[in-house]
Amino acid sequence: MSSQYHLDYLGQLEAESIHIFREVAAQFEKPALLFSGGKDSITLVHLAKKAFAPGKIPFPLVHIDTGHNFPEALEFRDWLTKEANATLVVRKVEDTIKQKNLTEPKGKFPSRNWLQTYTLLDTIEEFKFDCCIGGARRDEEKARAKERIFSVRDEFGQWNPKLQRPELWNIYNGRIHKGENVRVFPISNWTELDIWNYIRKEKIGLPSIYFAHDRKVIEHEGQLVAMSEYVQPSAGDVILTKKVRYRTVGDMTCTAAVESTASTLDEVINEIISTRISERGETRIDDKVTEAAMEDRKKNGYF
Amino acid sequence: MDLLRFITAGSVDDGKSTLIGRLLYDSKNILIDQLEALEKSTKNRTDGSVDLALLTDGLRAEREQGITIDVAYRYFTTPKRKFIIADAPGHVQYTRNMITGASNAALIIILIDARLGVVEQTRRHSIIASLLKIPHVVVAINKMDLVEYSQDVFNNIVIEYAEVAKQLGLTDVTYIPISALNGDNIVDRSEKISWFDGKPLLEFLEEIETEHDVNLSDARFQVQFVIRPQTEELHDYRGYAGKVISGVYKKGDKVKVLPAGIETTISKLESGGIEVDEVFAPQPVVIQLSEDIDISRGDSIVKVDNLPLVSNELEVLLCWLDDKPLVPGNKYLLQHNSRLVRAVVRNVEYKLDVNSLQRQPIEGNIKLNEVVKAVIKTASPLVYDPYTKLSSNGSAILVDETSNSTVAAVMLQR
Ligand SMILES: Nc1nc2c(ncn2[C@@H]2O[C@H](COP(=O)(O)OP(=O)(O)O)[C@@H](O)[C@H]2O)c(=O)[nH]1
Ligand SMILES: [Mg+2]
Repeated sequence: MSSQYHLDYLGQLEAESIHIFREVAAQFEKPALLFSGGKDSITLVHLAKKAFAPGKIPFPLVHIDTGHNFPEALEFRDWLTKEANATLVVRKVEDTIKQKNLTEPKGKFPSRNWLQTYTLLDTIEEFKFDCCIGGARRDEEKARAKERIFSVRDEFGQWNPKLQRPELWNIYNGRIHKGENVRVFPISNWTELDIWNYIRKEKIGLPSIYFAHDRKVIEHEGQLVAMSEYVQPSAGDVILTKKVRYRTVGDMTCTAAVESTASTLDEVINEIISTRISERGETRIDDKVTEAAMEDRKKNGYF
Repeated sequence: MDLLRFITAGSVDDGKSTLIGRLLYDSKNILIDQLEALEKSTKNRTDGSVDLALLTDGLRAEREQGITIDVAYRYFTTPKRKFIIADAPGHVQYTRNMITGASNAALIIILIDARLGVVEQTRRHSIIASLLKIPHVVVAINKMDLVEYSQDVFNNIVIEYAEVAKQLGLTDVTYIPISALNGDNIVDRSEKISWFDGKPLLEFLEEIETEHDVNLSDARFQVQFVIRPQTEELHDYRGYAGKVISGVYKKGDKVKVLPAGIETTISKLESGGIEVDEVFAPQPVVIQLSEDIDISRGDSIVKVDNLPLVSNELEVLLCWLDDKPLVPGNKYLLQHNSRLVRAVVRNVEYKLDVNSLQRQPIEGNIKLNEVVKAVIKTASPLVYDPYTKLSSNGSAILVDETSNSTVAAVMLQR
């Protein structure tokens, strides 16, 4: 390991991701980077900047906005777009709901997560995007563990797990028929901890909610959910103020906070190493439904 | 910390998924909630044990049929290494998925059921390991618990497999007796296999030397994307973005642009927008040249004193991966890293029998999973190296232009 020409694991992961980004830029006419506001997509933007420097990122960042965002995440999104000199496209689930006369999700924590698919497919159609870059990682979940880095979707955005193309060496085949598009996952081979370590190594900025702060929350089945205008507390709910941070950043209605005093990156990483719970398990409120939930969503065009 | 990518292979039910589950479980890489989900989904098992295979079998069809259809990638870390595992399907009809997982692997674990010894899939997967030149082979003789941890059984399989390895030219082969189900010889040395003096599997994986797997002597680079910001400050900037496929590049190197054949000098190297003096494989880089030459995606930049092959007639070994057969004489697209050219498959000379490895005459079209020796003619020249010498510059795929599918894995020979 002493050779001067040796890349450590983060260097190797970064090299693979940058290679993928450049393949996307070269192979597709209208790619887009799906920007969710979380640390994975922030890392994607960082990698894309590195891939094309000193040029700018040759595709827009697309945010499918559920309207249930953390304000801190939106602020950060706008700052990042400026900082990267990138183009930002925002399309709102709210508008899709109105246009298509969709039914607003109900309940205590109404999640528009599922409805994002509609807005996404409309946005793809509107801009004629032929490739959407996403920040999914294979370690997140079992159906994801099976997905190729270049994943072909039909015109309904559907994934057919039984008809995946062979993906050999580092050669990526992004050829598609009209109407199809490809989802590309440049950080497929990164784990959550790899992302955190990379953020530390590269000094990548994050929205403040990733670090410990005081927040009004209610407890729901052992998880802490931020109080917001989108949440409908029940009569017996107690609103508490706790010191928390977020491990993933999604919608306010379906992302749980973890109690924490970790206010620096080192402290956050130490906490994550010592918690023996996965990211999804700890923070996604809507994901415990069924084992096959993700596979179904992916088949239906979810990111 | 470095990275090791490996693949598990072997016949159906040899215990691949169980082994991976065991590696994750014993190295404490399974988190509490994942374990709970696992326990929940194994509740209806009669013996009450946890089915470790369920950790990797992710698709509904797989869970329902209890088999593995596609490669699942799994990740675990020990204090010594980060590992990426490809859990490959064992069934013959899913061989192409196995090749997907194998093409990036530095090491292959071939599982053998101690009760059965070497079977057809063992040979088939070993042939793939040999074709793809996976640098390191581990033969894990599994289910030792079912043969009373017998040293004789182990030794006989070693002798049997050594014959296969010899035939295939596999030189770096290590044999380890294990029980994936019970955890013998996976993380800790097993009392029950005290006659074995080698390392347990995980220790072996942590310590195996992989530094020499990257070729640092033959400098190869292909342009992926041309960066031309066309801004005021960078008005005439033209940088060639790509990955160092192998070797090392330095500022000032005398280089040749191929296939055009023009000589020039590297005037600047950049990485992530920052100027650097040298770059090495597999780093990404942006190269600037001292002359203004017309270069586009797929062109190669190599050093003048170390040239690859340049030809439009290629002798190849080709593994067919599509349900539709290969029709000799048909046109395909050939993709060699980032270079895309039209190609015709000609002169299919023979096919390799996957059991005997004998060359066999061709009768009719080439079917799924068959490996053949052929000549491919391309519309414009390819800049490459023989796969056996430098796999990262000697591999390609064929794409069917009508279906857009990837239909063949191509190992360039001459
Ligand atoms: N007795 C015994 N059974 C095993 C061992 N490893 C795997 N098995 C069982 O063999 C069956 C097939 O295992 P699985 O991991 O699904 O095999 P795969 O098809 O290669 O992935 C399962 O019932 C396992 O419990 C072992 O070391 N000993
Ligand atoms: Mg299996």
